[in-house]
Amino acid sequence: MIDTLIQGILLGGYYAVITCGLSFMFSVMRIINLAHGSLAVAAAYGLWLLASKFGISPFTGLLIVLPVMAATGWVLQRYLLERSARGGALLPILTTFGLAIVIDNLMFEQFGADTRSLAPFIGSLSYDSWELPGGTYVGKLAVMTMATAIALLGGLQVFLGRFALGRAIRATAEDPDTAGLVGIDARKANALAAAIAMVTVGIAGAFLGMRATFDPYSGGPQLLFAFEAAVIGGAGSLWGTLVGGIVLGLAQSLGAQVHPQGFLIGGHAVFLAVLFARLFFTGAPFIGKIGFYKTGFTKIRAAIRSTP
Amino acid sequence: MTSVTNGITIERWTRSSRLALGSVALALALFAIAPLALGAGAIDRLTALFIYVILAAMWNALAGFGGLVSVGQQVFFGLGAYFTIRLADAGLNPFLSLFAAALITGAISLPISFFMLRLKGGEFAIGMWVISALTHMLVNLDRLIQGETGTSLISLNVYDSGTRRVVIYWLALASMAALLGILFALLRSRAGAAIQAIRDNEDAATSVGVRVIATKRLLFVLAAFGIAVAGALWLATATTFQPKTYFSVQWTAYMIFMVLVGGLGKFEGAILGAVLFFVIETFFGSMGVWYLIGLGATAVVFSLFLPHGLWGEIERRFDLRLLPVGYRLKLPGPTKIQWNQ
Repeated sequence: MIDTLIQGILLGGYYAVITCGLSFMFSVMRIINLAHGSLAVAAAYGLWLLASKFGISPFTGLLIVLPVMAATGWVLQRYLLERSARGGALLPILTTFGLAIVIDNLMFEQFGADTRSLAPFIGSLSYDSWELPGGTYVGKLAVMTMATAIALLGGLQVFLGRFALGRAIRATAEDPDTAGLVGIDARKANALAAAIAMVTVGIAGAFLGMRATFDPYSGGPQLLFAFEAAVIGGAGSLWGTLVGGIVLGLAQSLGAQVHPQGFLIGGHAVFLAVLFARLFFTGAPFIGKIGFYKTGFTKIRAAIRSTP
Repeated sequence: MTSVTNGITIERWTRSSRLALGSVALALALFAIAPLALGAGAIDRLTALFIYVILAAMWNALAGFGGLVSVGQQVFFGLGAYFTIRLADAGLNPFLSLFAAALITGAISLPISFFMLRLKGGEFAIGMWVISALTHMLVNLDRLIQGETGTSLISLNVYDSGTRRVVIYWLALASMAALLGILFALLRSRAGAAIQAIRDNEDAATSVGVRVIATKRLLFVLAAFGIAVAGALWLATATTFQPKTYFSVQWTAYMIFMVLVGGLGKFEGAILGAVLFFVIETFFGSMGVWYLIGLGATAVVFSLFLPHGLWGEIERRFDLRLLPVGYRLKLPGPTKIQWNQ
């Protein structure tokens, strides 16, 4: 039982890594990127290609893949998302969904249906573990993933709070027009945010490949997990992402103990339960903004709703 | 046509739209007698076309008119098929099971709507996908389905294959005509005015007293029912039920493609999109993965450059309305003001 709980919590570390890019993009651009999971899988394929063809270790490979992901994010925002967001809130959903189909099938065309993994390229790290007092084992990779999640979230927090560029992104997230008045280029800030989000997606892809197997169509499930963790943890702070990831990881690990299909059912069920509870007891927003709650408009709307 | 002062008229039916309605009736009549002349392959293909039209029209009703983009509509497609299997297994006539299953699915969509409709935009879109993924897992738990191995609609075997093919064809044709008719009537009714107001501007619609949630719920349940009919009919033509195939997000991808290309929020657009999709599938479907890449890329291009689709473009260029669901104001003289733009 203790073992299941520990594994569940550590699995949450991976979910936090894959979720932070999704909720970061949503909080800044108000866009949910439906190609999120597919892009993570694409990064995993990139690392796999470097490792299997050129013998580059996945960790070194990240030095190549992450800049490519950042550039992808920039281009994606400047040439696709920005344009489709001008046509209303619904179009980016369709654009990114179409993009996901293109990416998935291109990967299928290129790499075939075989499942791949980065585990063979990272030596003993994929199965090494530490023994805890009481005879439980924790995988070194899982601990590393959790540490990365914490470092990533902490790094984003510091970047958004302490750096001029980070503040520019926050200002754009809050109100792009007013940000423009004080000399912030909202388009640039958004593109930068997308680039940062894609870097985190690249890191998520690396851990996806190292801890498990993936195939060209793994992107859909990864998107769902990231979305679920974002909604569960959506208390309005970056750290909510970690909480959301851990709750999802726990629900899946416990579910798997109950039934062979319980892993997925447990995760989806806890997502719906949280959604249900939040909608009916607080009526609160689902994915909040970075580091601050939705204010103003939401409050006014709530006030209008409660007036008879 | 109502006459107002100064020669301004408000029109709904025009000469071209009366002509269009006549042609639709004629086309339906021709389709109805077509099996007398067509071979087995052609009948199966046309059945698929009718199912595509249903899917496109229902997704368009939800997204184009209700402003609810869902990437989880495959849940209703899968449930329509699943309940058909369940009911037929319980001894109900397989053809009756198709429609009973759709009714059950429509009824199930009502409680789902109570909390899904409180989500907005992308959250609703992916939230529906989660519902679909969970439902897929739960259906897999049913012993009758045997997990991903699946099962088939055995009770259809009592009919010989020729009769079966033609009956399913007629059922698909009748379902398509009925669902399009219901949607057309709904959009032209009082509720339709509310629906189109929501499509154009949700906040403005709320401010003039449109009951947004109730109206969206109506569309949500109608779409669930229609898509379940499509799923049940698809099961009847394919006979085998593998959960993975029916609960696949690919169905939603098809719906999005058809509606985006045809024209989001245009009644005629969804039909046009389904016909185009059918033609493209017929010619390029054998190209496998490149065909799917092409569909995805086309969807991206349309969402970026032609968000109102081909029909939106035709309507704008030629000022043409074949199956009008709105009104428009006609001023004396050459300029025409369009009512809903």
